[in-house]
Amino acid sequence: MYRYDEFDERFVRERVAQFTDQVARRLDGSLTEDEFKPLRLKNGVYLQLHAYMLRIAVPYGTLNSRQLRQLALIGEKYDRGYGHFTTRQNLQFNWPKLRDVPEILGLLADVEMHCIQTSGNCIRNVTADHFAGVAQDEIEDPRPTAELIRQWSSAHPEFSYLPRKFKIAVTGAEADRAVIKAHDIGLRLRRHPDTHETCYEISVGGGLGRTPMIGKVVRDYLPKKDLLAYLEAIMRVYNLEGRRDNKYKARVKILVHEIGAEEFTRRVEAEFAQLDGPSINADPEEVARIAAYFAPPRYEALPAVSNTLEAAKASNPAFARWVEVNTVPHKVPGYTALTISLKPIGQAPGDATSEQMRRVADLAERYSFDELRVTHAQNLVLPHVRQRDLFAIWQQLGEAGLASANIGLVTDIISCPGLDYCALATARSIPIAQAIQSRFADEARQREIGPLGIKISGCINACGHHHVGHIGILGLEKRGIESYQITLGGDATENAAIGEILGPGLAAEEVPDAIERIVSVYLAARSEGESFIDNVRRIGLSPFKAAFQETTRAAA
Amino acid sequence: MPLLDRNGSAEDRWTRSEGAAIGNIPAAIVPWEVLAAALDAQEPEQVIGVILPNSVPFSALEPFLPRLALVAIAFPAYSDGRGFSLARQIRRAGFAGEIRASGPLIADQFAYALSCGFDTIELPEASAARQPVPQWLRARDTFSATYQRGYSESGRNVLDQRRAARAAAPIAAE
Amino acid sequence: MAAAAKRVPLPAILLANDLLDGDVVFAFVDGAGPLAWTRDPALALVAADDAAADRLEAFAAAELRGNKVVDAYLVDVAIESGSPVPRHFRERFKTLGPSNRPDLGKQAGEGIVAAPKG
Repeated sequence: MYRYDEFDERFVRERVAQFTDQVARRLDGSLTEDEFKPLRLKNGVYLQLHAYMLRIAVPYGTLNSRQLRQLALIGEKYDRGYGHFTTRQNLQFNWPKLRDVPEILGLLADVEMHCIQTSGNCIRNVTADHFAGVAQDEIEDPRPTAELIRQWSSAHPEFSYLPRKFKIAVTGAEADRAVIKAHDIGLRLRRHPDTHETCYEISVGGGLGRTPMIGKVVRDYLPKKDLLAYLEAIMRVYNLEGRRDNKYKARVKILVHEIGAEEFTRRVEAEFAQLDGPSINADPEEVARIAAYFAPPRYEALPAVSNTLEAAKASNPAFARWVEVNTVPHKVPGYTALTISLKPIGQAPGDATSEQMRRVADLAERYSFDELRVTHAQNLVLPHVRQRDLFAIWQQLGEAGLASANIGLVTDIISCPGLDYCALATARSIPIAQAIQSRFADEARQREIGPLGIKISGCINACGHHHVGHIGILGLEKRGIESYQITLGGDATENAAIGEILGPGLAAEEVPDAIERIVSVYLAARSEGESFIDNVRRIGLSPFKAAFQETTRAAA
Repeated sequence: MPLLDRNGSAEDRWTRSEGAAIGNIPAAIVPWEVLAAALDAQEPEQVIGVILPNSVPFSALEPFLPRLALVAIAFPAYSDGRGFSLARQIRRAGFAGEIRASGPLIADQFAYALSCGFDTIELPEASAARQPVPQWLRARDTFSATYQRGYSESGRNVLDQRRAARAAAPIAAE
Repeated sequence: MAAAAKRVPLPAILLANDLLDGDVVFAFVDGAGPLAWTRDPALALVAADDAAADRLEAFAAAELRGNKVVDAYLVDVAIESGSPVPRHFRERFKTLGPSNRPDLGKQAGEGIVAAPKG
C-alpha cells in the first residue's frame, strides 16, 4: 500500500498545525462560529447530538495493522472504546472533545493518516472497490488512481469552496462494488477496444440525498495520462456554474440535470480543450511511483484448492457456511479475500470496539500481508488470505464476536448512525437495523433467502444509501413521531437503480413485519436460483405493493 | 477598506466610483454594469478597474481585459468559491494587471487566493479587525508545498519537487 | 432580545453544546447566583413566561458571543416527576444519549449531579 514520502509527511504535519491554529483562532474570537464551522468540517469535525464527532479518512478503504491499532488506541484514549466504519469507507469517533482533536491528529499523522476533507464543500475522501488488487474480474487496480486523486484534491487552491460536497469513486473491475454511479464523479478503468490501452470511463452527476440520480457518462475512454486535467475541467465548470442559491440544488447532479448531460459534457470538453495538459497532469514517472506501492505482495505458489481448508469444512459445518458466505475468489490460486462482518445480530452496523480492531489488526498482520480494507457496506476485508489459514482466522474472529456468516445477506444491513448520534437525522436507524436483524437472526433462513441488501438512512441525506438498497428504509419525522418509508428495487452495482416507494410510512415497530411480507412475496414467486433483486425486476412492484398494503392495513 | 497584498498591509491607490462618472479620478474602480460607459469616458492618463460580480462569466469580461488595469472579484461570502476559478481564467487569458478579491475572506484562504492569481485582498473592516495581518501571513505560509501543478506558486508543488528530486538523484530513485 | 414570533411554546429550557468539550449543557441557576451551565438536564432552569425566556435567550446570546458554547436554543418541555423533559423526541435523545447504548451518555449518569430519580 501507499507510504508517505517526505512531502506527504510534511504536508500532513503542516495540516495538523493549521487546524491547531484554527481552533486557537476560534477560541480567541478571530474566527466566528460561522467562519470556523466550514474549517472544522473540512477536517472532519462535526457537532453532533451529544458531542463532537471526528471522521477519519481511510483513503479508498485501505489500512495496515499499525494504523488500525492506532485507531484502537485513539478510541480508548479519547473516545468511548469504539468507532463506527462508514458507508464512505471512513471511521468515525462519536465522543471526542474539540480540545483533544489537535492531539488526535498528531497521533494519526504518526501512522500516515489524517481527517483531511472528510466533510465540507470540497472534494471528499476518494473511495474505491474494496477488493481492489485481488478481484478476479479486475482490469486494473483502482488504488493508484485513487491515491493520485487523493493527493491532487488535498487543499486544492481552486476547489476548496465548492457549491456543495463532491464525492469521487473509482473501480477497475467489471462488477461495480464502489457504487460509482451514485457519486459526483465515478471512474471506471476499462480497456479501449482498438488500442487495448486502459482508459477511464467518466460518469458525472450521480448522487443520493434528496434528489437521487444515477451518473451520466461524459467520456467513454479518457486516456489515463489526461486524468487530472480532465478532472480540473469538470471541477471548474461545476465551481463556476453549480447552483449556490439553494443547498438542496447545489450538487453537480442538479447542474447536469438542469442543463442536460450533453450540454454539461460540451462545457467540460470546451474547458478541457483550453487546458495545457502537460503542465497539469502528473508525469508518467509520478504515476509509476504511486503505482509501485500497489504492486502485489509476495504470494506463495499454492495449489488452487487447499486440502486443509476442505478437511476443516468437512468436519465443521458452521465453518463451511462461513467460508461459503464471507469469502470471494482471489486472483491468485490458493488465496481468498475474506470479509469480516461488522454486523453481528443486535449490534450497531459498522461499529467495532478497540479490542475488536486490535484483533483484526493482528489477523491482518499475521495472515493478510499486513493489509485490510474497509467496505462501503461497513465491513472489513482481509484481502490476501491463504485458504489453509481460514480455519485459524475463523476461530480467532469467533473469540472476538466477529464470525457472523452474513455477508450480502438480509442481516448485513447498511445503516447510518441516525438520530442516536447525528444532529441532521430525522429518525433513528440503528434500532431499526437491530430489530430486522433479530427477526432474521436464523442463519439457515438467511441463506435460504439469499443475497438481499437492506439499507437504512435516518434522513433524506441518505448516508445509509437507502435509495440503492434492494430494500431501502428512510427514517422521517411525521407528526412528531418517527416514521419509516420503504423503497424497493434499488441497486448499487453496475446495474444501478433507484428504489421506488412502496406505500405510506410505517411506525418503527411495523418495519420488521413489512420486511417479512416483502421477503415472503419473493420466496413464493422466485424461480430456481433467482435472487431477490432479479425477482423484483422480473415480477415488478405490484405484488410487493399489495403485500405491503396488508402491513399497513394490519397496523391500522 | 483594509487592503492586503502578499507581504501584508498595502496602500490602496484605487478609488471606487459610484457610477460611470469617473471625472479625474486617476485610478478608478467602476461597477461592472457601467464599465463600457466608463471606458468611453476614460482620459489618457487614467487607469480603470472593474468590480466584477462572481456570477459574470469570463467570456463576458474577456473583451474588456486589454483596457483594464485591475479586476476586483466580489466574494459575497467567503464560502462562495467562484472567484477562485474566475481569477484562474483571467490569468490564463494573459491578464497582467492586478486581480483583487473583495469581500469577507478569511486568513485561511490567503494562500489559495495567491495561488489562483489574486494579488490583493480587500476586506470589510469587521473581518480585518478580527483577523490581524500576522494571521494572514502565517496562513500564507501554512503549507511549504501543495499537490497541484499549474498554479502560480509553481515552484511550491510537490509533484514538481518530486520530479526535481528524481532528476537530481537518478540512482537513488532506482 | 424581544420575544420572537417563532419562539418555542413555553415552558422551555435552554440547551447548548460546550464549545471545547461538545457536551450537551443546560442553563441553570445555582441558588441566587447568575445563570450558568450544567450537564444535568434535571437542573435546567425552566422558563414558564416570556420574561424568563427572554433572560435565557439573552444568556445564550452572551455565551455564544463569549465563545463558551455553540448551537444554543430553547427547547419546549413538559414537567415529569418535577423535572423538565423535552417534548420532541430529538431533544429527548439529547438529554439521554444514544438509545442503542444505554451504557453511554447522560442516561448512564454522565454529567448527572442529582441522584437518579425513582
